Amino acid sequence: MTKYLLSVHSVEGEAREPMTEEDMRQFMERVGVLEEEMKSAGAWLFGGALHQADTATVVRMTDGEVLTTDGPFAESKEHLGGFYIIEAEDLDAALAWASKTTAAVSKPIEVRPFQHVSEA
Amino acid sequence: MAVLIRAFGDIDVAEDAVQDAFAVALHKWPRDGLPPNPGGWITTTARNRAIDRLRRESRRRELLSEASLLSPGHDDPGIPEEVGPVQDDRLRLIFTCCHPALSTEAQVALTLRLLGGLTTKEVARSFLVAEPAMAQRLARAKRKIKAARIPHRVPDGHELPDRLRPVLAVVYLVYNAGLTSPSEPSLCLEAIRLARLLATLMPDEPEVAGLLALLLLTESRRASRLRPDGSLVLLGGQDRTRWDRSLIDEGQAIVRRCLRRNQPGAYQLQAAINAVHADAATIEQTDWSQIVALYDQLLEVAPTQVVALNRAIAIGEVEGAAAALSLVDELDLDNYHPFHATRADLLRRLGRNSEAAAAYERAADMAPTDAERDFLRRGGRASR
Repeated sequence: MTKYLLSVHSVEGEAREPMTEEDMRQFMERVGVLEEEMKSAGAWLFGGALHQADTATVVRMTDGEVLTTDGPFAESKEHLGGFYIIEAEDLDAALAWASKTTAAVSKPIEVRPFQHVSEA
Repeated sequence: MAVLIRAFGDIDVAEDAVQDAFAVALHKWPRDGLPPNPGGWITTTARNRAIDRLRRESRRRELLSEASLLSPGHDDPGIPEEVGPVQDDRLRLIFTCCHPALSTEAQVALTLRLLGGLTTKEVARSFLVAEPAMAQRLARAKRKIKAARIPHRVPDGHELPDRLRPVLAVVYLVYNAGLTSPSEPSLCLEAIRLARLLATLMPDEPEVAGLLALLLLTESRRASRLRPDGSLVLLGGQDRTRWDRSLIDEGQAIVRRCLRRNQPGAYQLQAAINAVHADAATIEQTDWSQIVALYDQLLEVAPTQVVALNRAIAIGEVEGAAAALSLVDELDLDNYHPFHATRADLLRRLGRNSEAAAAYERAADMAPTDAERDFLRRGGRASR
């Protein structure tokens, strides 16, 4: 078994109609069904949606000091919307979960394997 | 080697182990005589050496426990028998090499390296890539297979059609690379060998048979495709006595079996078109109406511009150049040199010579081989 990160990517400024309340409700329902499926299959480890990119803060070392900046790390238009951490037998299994995820959230999903993960 | 890759899930370990085993074999067999099952002996020896290496490295606990599981006597049903299904492991390996998570370039490189047994240098040369770049491409692909855990298994029934597509595409690509790279005609033979292997391993897949038939029938014309000076000979001008009849017979037999099965697909249809050509003693005796009918079917399963172009050429033989040209002019294939070559030929037949000349020039500029370029520069005429 290997742990994989499934990250949800959005591109800022992509022409998109804002979601109606009904759209939102259906979206949450699809996501709920997906997460329930992951949990009962034993694939779910952790996950969720993130707040928007402008709520982020970046902390980095500069000249031996810690510098704090407002805003996301990536200055590009692409931002992380959320992620799931799952455990799967192999890449095919992880890709199957990713396919379900992209169908549910209508955004591209990147699938990346973890190297060694230390246990709690 | 396929057996070991499956057992170890690590291509590098398997490769090194096989090298070692062969080295030992070269040393021992002349002295002790050939063991009854040389392939199996290699597998056992390689496996033992791989176990040694894994123990020496002792990188991760999981690997060590796998190694202990592999000592003889352990009754894990997943461990391959030496005399057993090596064929199944080759099949697994093909699907691993052609996994959709890998780029097409990586798929082709891995297939040639691991199934074709070509050296990295040979693979690099076939695709006009520098050897270090090819080595890196292969290393990256192997790393991805390992890190992302691309599984070594034959896809389940319901996944098979989607997963088979890239496998067949890779073999087809390899064959075509052999056609357009006159320095590597062995790629054609390699592709045929792979197609035969696939046909043996998957006798119930009609498109696998179709691909093999297509390659055999195309290969049958090899001797007549080029003149001694390297210039190209079109189908119409080829000396059909130089076509390889045994390849044709084999290809046509497969096509007939496919027709009886009646589960048509793109490769089978292309093979059938080639079979119709092979039936004709001269170009004039070609049953073009049959070919048009086959292209009609092909266009339905593979509605691409290139297929439409080839269909238009066949229509030209049945309904004349004007009909063909109006079909061709509807297509959007500006970057495809056969498109311009076809237009040029049709324009020439219609007596529109200056337009024809311009089209030949366009085609020549894009031609991938010297033979084709020269042919087109001569206005599609044979050299004196």
